[in-house]
Amino acid sequence: MERVPILKIGSTLFVSIQIDLQDETVIRLQEDLATELVATRATGVIIDITAVEIVDSFIGRMLTMIGSISRLFDAETVLVGMRPAVAITLTELGLSLRGVRTALNAEKGLELLSGSS
Amino acid sequence: MDELPIQSGDDVVRVRQHVRILAAKSGLSLVDQTKVVTAASELARNALVYGGGGMARVEVVTSATGRNGVRVDFTDDGPGIGDVDLALTDGWTSGAGLGLGLSGARRLVDEFELTSKAGAGTSVVIVKWSR
Repeated sequence: MERVPILKIGSTLFVSIQIDLQDETVIRLQEDLATELVATRATGVIIDITAVEIVDSFIGRMLTMIGSISRLFDAETVLVGMRPAVAITLTELGLSLRGVRTALNAEKGLELLSGSS
Repeated sequence: MDELPIQSGDDVVRVRQHVRILAAKSGLSLVDQTKVVTAASELARNALVYGGGGMARVEVVTSATGRNGVRVDFTDDGPGIGDVDLALTDGWTSGAGLGLGLSGARRLVDEFELTSKAGAGTSVVIVKWSR
């Protein structure tokens, strides 16, 4: 199973998903992020899904959970770079990703985080 | 027709990739490709998690009116679904999920046929046509 790397830049954790996600990989990412949030005391998480071709109900639920978990560690999560086709599909699927903030790209995501702290 | 086993998370990813390739080949738009791949992902996971593993058969098909599309047939030998109508209801789940997998997959494709009997496995056939 591949792992998604987590980078710390300032007080933000950066996650850029560049692989075809399988369920175990997303669960692992969730655990790794929780560990990193405690270790680094980061206040923000940016998840870049520019390269992600599909988000199905499981992956969507896991992304929502990552948002909830980071909030427990006093960190805000912003999902950035969603492809238009993914956004349309998610909506039709019935998934709203409630509780997760989104931004057009990583730069806007960072602005959102700096504005909210 | 290409037969792909569904026995692991890796296999689910392979099914997605294969459906993507044939969806592109049959001329589906990027949005429609994404929809059918997402539906395939839901159904492949269902076959793995609830059906204990199964098989996906993927092929390019042509309609009577000459349109191309991609057809995927998922089968498993799992416990089956006792109440198909209930299982297709938004929000209904037998597990820990959101209950959007089956009902959501149906919304994402043009044709959706679910056959199941308690104790006799489940088969789901989906088709997405090019516009």
